[in-house]
Amino acid sequence: MELLDRISSTLQKGEDEQVAELTKQAIDENIPAQDILDNGLIAGMNVIGEQFRKHEIFLPEVLLAAKAMYAGMDLLKPLFIKEKVPTQGKVVIGTVHGDLHDLGKNLVGIMLKGAGFDVIDLGKDVPAEKFVEAAKTEDAGVIGMSALLTTTMPVMKKVVELLKENGLEDAVKTIIGGAPASEDFADEIGVNAYGFDAGKAVELVKELTGKK
Amino acid sequence: MRPKVKFLTEQLIMDILAEAFEILCKLGVELHNKSVLEMLSDHGCNVDMGKMHVNFTEEVINKALKSAEGEFKLYDIHGNQTHDFSGDNVHFTPGSAALNILDHETKKLRKPLTQDYIDYAKILNQLPYIASQSTAFIPSDVAAQISDSYRMFLSLLYCEKPVVTGTFTIESFEVMKDFQLAVRGSEKALKEKPLAIFSCCPTSPLKFSDVTSQNVVDCAKYGIPVEFISMPLSGFMAPVTLTGTVIQHTAETLSGIVISQLTNPGAPMLYGGSPAIFDVRYETTPMGAIETMMIDCANNEIGKYLGLPTQAYISLSDSKQLDAQAGLETGIGATLAALAGINNLSGPGMLDFESCQSLEKLIVDNEICGMTLRLVQGIEPKEDFPSLPHFEELLQEQHLLISKHSRKYLRDEHYFPGTVIDRANRARWQEEGALFLEDRANNEVKRLISEYTPSEISDDIRNELVKLMEAEAKRYGQDTLPERL
Ligand code: B12
Repeated sequence: MELLDRISSTLQKGEDEQVAELTKQAIDENIPAQDILDNGLIAGMNVIGEQFRKHEIFLPEVLLAAKAMYAGMDLLKPLFIKEKVPTQGKVVIGTVHGDLHDLGKNLVGIMLKGAGFDVIDLGKDVPAEKFVEAAKTEDAGVIGMSALLTTTMPVMKKVVELLKENGLEDAVKTIIGGAPASEDFADEIGVNAYGFDAGKAVELVKELTGKK
Repeated sequence: MRPKVKFLTEQLIMDILAEAFEILCKLGVELHNKSVLEMLSDHGCNVDMGKMHVNFTEEVINKALKSAEGEFKLYDIHGNQTHDFSGDNVHFTPGSAALNILDHETKKLRKPLTQDYIDYAKILNQLPYIASQSTAFIPSDVAAQISDSYRMFLSLLYCEKPVVTGTFTIESFEVMKDFQLAVRGSEKALKEKPLAIFSCCPTSPLKFSDVTSQNVVDCAKYGIPVEFISMPLSGFMAPVTLTGTVIQHTAETLSGIVISQLTNPGAPMLYGGSPAIFDVRYETTPMGAIETMMIDCANNEIGKYLGLPTQAYISLSDSKQLDAQAGLETGIGATLAALAGINNLSGPGMLDFESCQSLEKLIVDNEICGMTLRLVQGIEPKEDFPSLPHFEELLQEQHLLISKHSRKYLRDEHYFPGTVIDRANRARWQEEGALFLEDRANNEVKRLISEYTPSEISDDIRNELVKLMEAEAKRYGQDTLPERL
C-alpha cells in the first residue's frame, strides 16, 4: 500500500505535519485505522528503532520520529475508541518513592509512546501503592519503575509484593531500570524484566505484552 | 609563573552573568521547600506558594554574593589544616557515592561491603596527593536508609582526612552533623574548623528539591561548607552549546548561593558542579568528554569572577575497566582542572559515569594528582642564575648527580611517582614480574592495607561515633552493624 509506505517514510524523516496530513488522507480513503497504525506509523517506528539500535541514528532522530508518530496517532485515537480497536497496551511508569531522578524514566516514556503504547506517567517520588493503584484503575498491562539511588531500590520490591497481595502478578507485568538496577536484582525481587536503556525498554515491553 | 588555562573572556563572563541574573529574575526557580520560600519572600523575592516557585531580585542575588566568603579552610580529624580553598590552590578528593566497586580478582562489578569501605579508608589515609576522603561508595550490607550516614561513620573511624560527603535525605543530616560535633566537641569548634563538605544538587533545569534546599539551610546554620553541584546536561536538559550550559549552571548555582547566604551570611560554600554533555547516541552523561571538562573549567572562571572558591566533578572516567581510556580521561581532566585552578576536584577512583569506584584506579589516580600538582608549580628558577658555575662543574665532574645544586633541588624539582608508574627498563620490568598496570596497582592496594596504622582518633570520640551510628541504625530496624575488622 503506497500511501502507508509514504506515512512510514515521512515519519522516519520526522515530518510531523506531513504525517498528520497523510494519515488524514488515509482515513478519508477509508483505510482501516488498525492498518494505518500497523503498516504506516508503527512500521516507520520499527525501522527507526532498528536504526537506533544499530547506532545508525541518534536519540534526536528517534524523538522527532516519535513526535511525528503522535501527530498521526492523535487522528487515529477517536477511531480506535469508536471501532473499539485494542491499543498496543497501557504502561504505567514512574520514578520510585524517595528518588527524584526522572530523566531516564522520561526518555523511556517518550520511546514507549513512540512505539504506540499508552503511557501513564506518574512522575517521580512515586510510592509503591500508587503504582499498583494506577495499574488497577487504568487496567495497565505493565508497570515500569525507575530508580537511580541505592536507597530507593527497595520500593521496587514492595511493588512486586503488593501486586501479589492483590492477585495481579500475572495480569500486570513489571519492568525496572536505572543505574543501580540489574538483571540479577530483577530476578532477586521477582520483577519480569530489566532494561538498560530506552530502546531496550521498548523491546522488552513489547515482549512482555506479546506485541512482538 | 603558575601555568594557567582560560576559556572565557571577561566580556563573555559578564554576558553570561547578565543572562543568569535575567533567568533568575524573570523565569525564576521551582523550589519545593516552604520555609525556604518564606525566607526568600521575606527578602523581597516574588514567591508563588501554590506553584512552589520564586522569582529572585537582582538586589537579593547581589546581597548574597556580597556576604559570601572568598575563601575557607578545612581541617582533619585532629584539627590540623589540610585545605586552603583560596586563589588557585588545587585539592583532590575521590569521586563520591558510587553504586559499585570494580573487583580486582573477578574484573567484575559488585555491590560494595563494609570491609571494602574500610579498605578504601585505610588506603586513602596514606595517599599523599588526595587531600580529603569522600564517602566514595555505598556499603550494601546495611539498611538502605542509613547508607549515607554509615559511609561517613566508617570514614571518620578509619581515615584522618576531612570528608567530602552529602545526604540522600533530610533526616540523615542530623546524625551526620552529630558525627562532626562528636569529633570537634562543640558547635563553635566545628564552625572554626570545618571537617566536612556537603554536596547539594540543584535539579536541572532551574529546580530545588525539598531535600537539597533543606540541606543547604541546615549546613549554613552550622557553618558546614557546601558545594553546589548543578548538573546541566548539554543538549538534553540544557542548551546544546557550552556557553548556554554555563549560563544555566550559573543561574542554578547562584540560586543556591542565595539560599545559603540568606540563611547565614558568610556561610562557607564552593562554587561547584557536575555538568556534562549528553551523549545522544547512548543516552549517557559522559564525564570524560572533553566538552564536559571545558564546561567545568568555564564554570570555575565564573565562580572566581564572583570571588568564590570553586569545585568540579572532573578527573574521572566513563570506562568500565582500568584501561587506557580510564587513564586518558582522568589525566586530561586532572590536568585541565589544575591548570584552570579549580580548588576542589572530585573524581579520582571513579569509572562508569560516576557509578563505580576502583581501589586500583585510586592508586593510579593518586599519581595523576601528584603529577598535576607538580605541573601547576610551573617552572621557577632555583639558583639557576648565573648558570656558568653549574656548567663548569658538569664539565669538570662529567655529571651532576651529586652536585650540591642537584641534591638541594632534586626532590622538589622532579616528581617521583610510586611503583605503579612503570619507569624501569624493559629487562628490569621483566625481571620484576612483567606486571601490567592493574596488577602493580593491586600490589599497592595490598601493601597499603597491610601497612595501615590505625587512626589516632581518641577512644572517647570513637565510642561516641559508634554510639551515634548504632542508635541511627536501630531507628531503621537494624540492631547490629556489620563486623569491622
Ligand atoms: C543527573 C543526575 C542527577 C540529577 C537528576 C536530575 C533529574 N531530573 O533526574 C540531580 C542533580 C538532581 C541529582 C540529584 C542527586 N543525585 Co544524582 N545523578 C545524576 C547522574 C549523573 C545521571 C543520571 C541521569 O539522568 N542519566 C541520564 C539518563 C538518561 O540515564 P538513566 O537515568 O540511567 O536512564 C537510562 C537507563 O538507566 C534506563 N532506565 C532508566 N529508568 C528506567 C526505567 C525502566 C522501566 C527501564 C526499562 C529503563 C530505565 O533507560 C534510561 C535511558 O537510557 C547519576 C550518575 C549515573 N551514573 O546514573 C547520578 C547519581 C544517580 N546521583 C547520585 C546521588 C548521590 C544524588 C543525590 C543524592 C546527591 C545529593 N547528595 O544531593 C541527589 C538525589 C536526589 C534524590 N532524592 O533523588 C548517585 C547515586 C548514588 C547511590 N549510590 O545511590 C549517582 C550514581 C552519582 C554519584 N556517584 O554521586 N542527580
